[in-house]
This record gives sequence, structure tokens and C-alpha cells, in this order.
Amino acid sequence: MRFNHRKPLMALVMLIAALTLAVGNSACGGSSSSFSSESTEAEPAETTGTEEGEETGEEEPAEGEEEGGEGEAIASNPANAKVSLTIGSKNFPEQEILGEIYTQALAAAGYKAKSDLSLGSETVALKTLKSGQISGYPEYASTALTSFFGLEPEEVPADATEAWEKANAEFEKEGLEAFEPTPFASANAVGLLKTTAEKYNLKTISDLEGVSEKLSLYGSPECRQRIDCLAGLEKLYGLKFKEFKPVDISLRYKVLEQGQADLSILFTTDPQLSAEKEKFVILEDDKEVFPAGNIIFVTSKKVAEGAGPDYEKTILNVQGGLTLPVMQELDARVELEKQTPKEAAASYLEEAGYVE
Amino acid sequence: MSAALLPHPLFAGFAGAFEFIFSKQESSVTGGKKVGGFDQVLELAWTQIEVSVLALAVALLIAIPLGLYFGHKGAGELLAVGLGNAGRAIPELALIAFVAAIIGVGIVPLTGALAVLGIPPILTNTFVGIRQVDRATVDAARGVGMSEFEIMRKVELPIAVPSIMTGIRGASVNIVATATIAPLVGVVTLGDFILGENVYGVDGVVAGAICTAILALIFEFALAGLQRRLTSRGLRLQEAQ
Repeated sequence: MRFNHRKPLMALVMLIAALTLAVGNSACGGSSSSFSSESTEAEPAETTGTEEGEETGEEEPAEGEEEGGEGEAIASNPANAKVSLTIGSKNFPEQEILGEIYTQALAAAGYKAKSDLSLGSETVALKTLKSGQISGYPEYASTALTSFFGLEPEEVPADATEAWEKANAEFEKEGLEAFEPTPFASANAVGLLKTTAEKYNLKTISDLEGVSEKLSLYGSPECRQRIDCLAGLEKLYGLKFKEFKPVDISLRYKVLEQGQADLSILFTTDPQLSAEKEKFVILEDDKEVFPAGNIIFVTSKKVAEGAGPDYEKTILNVQGGLTLPVMQELDARVELEKQTPKEAAASYLEEAGYVE
Repeated sequence: MSAALLPHPLFAGFAGAFEFIFSKQESSVTGGKKVGGFDQVLELAWTQIEVSVLALAVALLIAIPLGLYFGHKGAGELLAVGLGNAGRAIPELALIAFVAAIIGVGIVPLTGALAVLGIPPILTNTFVGIRQVDRATVDAARGVGMSEFEIMRKVELPIAVPSIMTGIRGASVNIVATATIAPLVGVVTLGDFILGENVYGVDGVVAGAICTAILALIFEFALAGLQRRLTSRGLRLQEAQ
């Protein structure tokens, strides 16, 4: 009988060990939910990367400034040195570039600024901001309105200023504030190979009616249930797809190229859309399931007050040059030319004349 | 955040997670459709079980024959143990990202990647288990006229069962836990709760982790039971003494 007692004890020990392991492992999986940042930041030889980017990109950022006005050189103010700021971003290339741009601009203005570019989702980002771990982060106005404030996609104002005002009014209720929007806007889009579009004669998402049953759609895991993604395509357009497969967003072009996906959820700021016009096209969102969002920098009122007037001024100044072609070019440098977001941001600041 | 409040989010998180598992919850981004609930949990858990069993089976088919062969020959120790240990250092996420980029997404590449994860512990434990069989026992078997294959199957393998099963149990926990990243390569497992915080909320994330842990435990219990049945009676007596 004595021996029999030892087994359950062993089993209990094993149980606890397994539980710890399982929870530990899945927690790891959760915190590093997307491997997009890993796969895009392959860190090639740094110097050559930058040179290449400058050659191929040439002066595009400088040219694309008509809307944002001249980049005003950022002056360093010694009074800012005692203010520490942590700028966050979500963990995909465009967000990481924006996070770096704001961080480097604030550093140029004399702040003690560092970046934290690993926030997994807007929910995490907002929570991190509210807890004070980050001072601010760039968010798409459309995402803020739908995700945080419960608007339906079709209720998101098409006008950037209107969307910002609406979001800001909501943020203010929570002790936060959002600065004015960037010139560029980004939206999700249904993308496909040009050959597929021609084969089925597709121009708008509505054209998919009657065809979609034969086509597979790939998108991020979240897309499946989001109203501004698959759920909206099904509900508002009444489409049924052959299948929906979730993939990491860094694979969104790969699945089209490899012929696995007929349709894939892309971003309108994707560099591939301008660089490979003959290969990839997007369908017009004629029923507005995918609201376009300009970036608004969200921060807490307390941080904004503590950091003084240079904080908002620097952010509005540095984002002035971010038009759609410029953002696409910066995305291209990171996603296609494998620069780090840090390098891409630094070259933007230099080329647009914000820093020497 | 005041120190007095610190424990609360933790407990609140767990309560919310259990609510998420048993009843559907509101979500701000789904346009009114509720998420979570027992049906969805079961559906996703079932996919995770399927994927895990498949991957474990592939890992077994590769690792056990290799471990048996090298263990019996007493050769390739460097290879079997070295490969096993090196294999443990492969970062799962990077491996799956790599496989997805090369082969594509879906159940086949996922199974392959998860199997690669399961092979090292099974291979190493099988090899070590076979090597630890008393040489005198093997010689005795040879003495009574058993063929090399019979020695492997009737002597070495049964004696090495506890060690092999330890490897398999380790591998299964690894595989079940890692199958949470499947939604990044086209297969919707419980990981969807963990990866989709915007859709499911924090409660969903915690619920996904809890369910995965429970799943890992179920595998563990099932395999422990199997181990008891597979271990020969003589060996069990020896262990108990």
C-alpha cells in the first residue's frame, strides 16, 4: 500500500510541472503574438542598407511635401532635457516606423526620448498608455473610433479632421488627447493578383458577388471576426468566400504570390501596390467596409502638460511630411529593402530637412 | 496604479476568463456578434487536439525508429543526443515563420513544424533509454538465440518504455502549447483567443491560455495512463522497490 501512495504524489508533481510549462509556453506565444517584426528586421549590414535606400528612394520624401509644407528643422531646447518620454507603437512595420519618427524627432527637440515598438494590439497599446508605461503612440483615427469607441465602420467620418475631432472628444473623457492627423491615411483593402482580377473582371468589392464562393480569402487572425474585415464583407456586402484562412500579416503578399490565396487583406499604404502595379491590385471598397484612417498621435493630458509646448509642436511638425507616397516609400524601405524602422525613420528626418 | 489595487486585475482577469469560456461575450469590433462561449472553445480546442495528435504522430514515426536504431547500435551518440539538444534550441515562432514562408500556410506545414519541435525530446530519451539497458541483459538475450531485431523489440524496447514515454510526454506538452501559434499560418486553434486580443479582450487571452494548459494536462494524463499500461509488470515492481 505504501507504494501506491507515492504514485499520486508523483502525478501531482508532474501535473504542476506540466501546468507551469503549458501556461508559461502559451503566455510566451501570446506576448510575441506576431512574428512580423522578427521577420522584417533581419538587420542586414546597416550601412549598405541605408545607402541603397537613399539611392532607390532618392528624394521622394522631399518631393512629397506639398501638402505638409516645408519640413521645419527641429530646434533642440535644453529645457526639455529633464523630460523623459517613451513613445510606443504596435508591432508591424508602418507603426514601428512612425514610432521611431516621433521618438527621434522628440530626441532632436531635446527630450529624453526612447521607443517601445512592441505593443501587440490597439487594446494593449491603449492600456499601456493609460497605465503610464508609454507617453503616447500613433493610432489610426478609424481604428480608435471603431475599436475603442464602438462606431460601426460606415459611421467613421471620411474627412480626416472630422474623424480626429470625434476621436479626440472621446479620448478627452478618459484623460487622454489626440493631436491633429497626418496627411496620409491608411485602410485595409481586398487585394489580389492583377491576373485574377482580369480573369473574373473585378473592379470593386461588389463585383465579387457570385464569384467569391470560388475564391479563398486570407487575412490576419483577427480579420475573421472583425466588422471592418471579413465579418463586414460577409454582412455588408453579403459575400461568402470559399474559405477564410488566418495568416500573419507579414505573409499578406506571399500568399498571393504563392497562389495559395485568391484574395488577401492588404493595406493601402503598402509599398507593393505602387512598386508592383502590374502584379497586385486592390478592389474599390464601394460600400465602405474599410474606413480610411489618418494617424493621430494619442497621448495623456498629464504627459502633454508636463512636456511643455515643444511636445505637440514637434509631433505636428515632423508628421507634416508624411503624405501617402512618402509613407509608402518608408514602408518599402523596411518591408522590401529590409532596413530597420530606426534607419528608415532617421533617413526620413534627414531627407525632409527636420534634422541636419 | 496604486499598490493596493495590484492584485485585483489578476483575479478579475481569471473570473472574466472563466466567464468567457462558458458564455458568449460582447466584442467592440465584431459589429454586434458575440464571441467566446463553450461552443467556440470546444471547436477551437478540437482543432488544436487534431493538429497536436497529428504532429506528435509524425514526430513518433521519425524519432522512435532513429532512437532505437542508434541506441541499439550504440553508435551515433553525438548525433542523437547532439541533434536532440540542438533541436530544443530552435525558436518555435521563427521555425513556423520560416516554414510558412518557404512551403506556405495550412495544416501540412504546421504539422511539419510542430513535429520538428517534438522530435528532439523523443529522440534523445529513446536513445538514452535503450543505451541504459543493462548490457548483461542484452548479452543474455543474445545467448538464448534472439536475433538483433528481436533483442530490440522484445528486450530493449520494453525496458526503455519509461524513458521513451518521458520523452513523448515532454514532446506533447511542447506541441500542444506551441499549437497556439497556428492561427498565424492558417489553422484556427485556441491560439486565436490569445492572438486576437482586439476581438476577444483580455478575458479571451487568459481563457485561451487556461484552455491550452488544460489541454496539455489532458495529454499528460492520457500519456501517463498509456505509460502504465505499456510498462511491463516486472519493470513496475522493480521501480516500486
